[in-house]
Amino acid sequence: MPPRLHTDLAYEGELRRIREMLLMMGAKVEEMLGQAMKALVERDSELADRTLYIDRQINRLELEVDDLCLRVLARRQPVASDLRFITTALKVVTDLERMGDMGVNICERVMELNEEPPLKPYVEVVHMAEAAQEMLREALDAFVAGDADRAAAIVERDSKVDAYYAAIFRELLTYMMENPRNIYRATREQSIAKYIERIADHATNLAEMVVFMVRGKDIRHVGKLERRASTRAAPAAAAVTDDSDASLRDLAETGRLKP
Amino acid sequence: MIPPRSTPPPSLPPPGVEKMRAEGLSAWFGQKRALKDITLPLVEHKVTAVIGPSGCGKSTFIRCLNRMHEVVPGARSEGQVLLDGASIFGREVDPVRVRRRVGMVFQKPNPFPAMSVRDNVLAGLRLSGITPPDPNRLAEEVLRQAALWDDVKDALDLPGGALSGGQQQRLCIARCLALEPEVVLMDEPCSSLDPVATAKIEDLIHELRERYTIVIVTHSMQQAARVSDYTAFFYVGELVEYDEADVIFTKPSDPRTEDYITGRFG
Repeated sequence: MPPRLHTDLAYEGELRRIREMLLMMGAKVEEMLGQAMKALVERDSELADRTLYIDRQINRLELEVDDLCLRVLARRQPVASDLRFITTALKVVTDLERMGDMGVNICERVMELNEEPPLKPYVEVVHMAEAAQEMLREALDAFVAGDADRAAAIVERDSKVDAYYAAIFRELLTYMMENPRNIYRATREQSIAKYIERIADHATNLAEMVVFMVRGKDIRHVGKLERRASTRAAPAAAAVTDDSDASLRDLAETGRLKP
Repeated sequence: MIPPRSTPPPSLPPPGVEKMRAEGLSAWFGQKRALKDITLPLVEHKVTAVIGPSGCGKSTFIRCLNRMHEVVPGARSEGQVLLDGASIFGREVDPVRVRRRVGMVFQKPNPFPAMSVRDNVLAGLRLSGITPPDPNRLAEEVLRQAALWDDVKDALDLPGGALSGGQQQRLCIARCLALEPEVVLMDEPCSSLDPVATAKIEDLIHELRERYTIVIVTHSMQQAARVSDYTAFFYVGELVEYDEADVIFTKPSDPRTEDYITGRFG
């Protein structure tokens, strides 16, 4: 972040307001995720229902951020770090809004799950949600501090959340294979894990944008290709996923799993 | 006070021919040093914008480029300015000849108000004692280049002072072009013009780039961002940063450039 303030303090105030609203959106997403997990573990559907409303606040903030960014672009003609900040904010706001939508989906699945007795204690999925929350918090902290190193480190952490997802999916598959009656609950929990995994992806996007904002250098896609190359070196998880896809296909086609 | 650099700032290897180059150029008004050791290339057929706060030496810099700085009593300069690789300060060099090759357009449109539009265009040539073979054709040609022909083709005998401010400025550009310069220096050519006239001049600058090398001094960062290929940022007589305009306005490398162009003047 540039250490000095704008000579035009109203302009400075507008940029600060955008920063604050983005932070607020991030805090709301974190809150949603935290409450959704609480509602899942404590089987509190009312809490899940209340949590849905947070998304409306996130959507409202999205509109406000978009509006203010457009006004700043039109009236201040920002350049250099200010220009990178505004264009980053316009993208970050979309990712945050999508995270809010994921939060809604999670709450809906939680309410469905709470209708039935739990398949098993919800442990991994809660850990996974914590990991995603932490990524989001770190990404926003890096955004505020203008800390590219910190942001770049977050990008690396996405694979941890991906690994959680693979493990949860693998375990749920065994439940489904064991008894078709488990499928309804297992697919719901699997969806929740998938949404959390998507939230972590959006947090990764955010971190990549922070690196661009600070350094003026785009690290998107490059990193992903490298990461893909590194997962190819350890194909175990991917193989399992492939197997599970095949098993699901069998299930869909024949109505039963091959022994 | 910013400490002077020990080494000149890095200048990009320009992807083009260097039409002009300032090399360790310093300038004084009496005891006051206005430019400190400027080294800057000016790439042929490109627009180089010089930006910086008032008093940073940007006007002095371009006035050194056609030896107009030395006309001011008590003013002097040191260092080199090369035009096509040859010094413009050489003993055998005629400053008037330099000013023909390196023309200048000023901040305020300054046509001769009582002189007709046509005579205004040809005034520079006449003052240099040159009679063009076909003055009318030449006048039309340069007025077309200056994007003024359609406005004045039926008003060539009207006095220059009858034109609007924007037209007057284009008339001054035409007068400058009539001398067939190789480099055109523009010292805040739009600062007294309205946005429409400014847009016309900026459009013109894009076209003139095909035939000339252009150096523009401007107070408007937005204008520099719009018209220039390369941008140089001057601060208290020093060249702080020189780079492609795209880089300067998205990711400048010097924090002083960043502060200035984003409006953090302290």
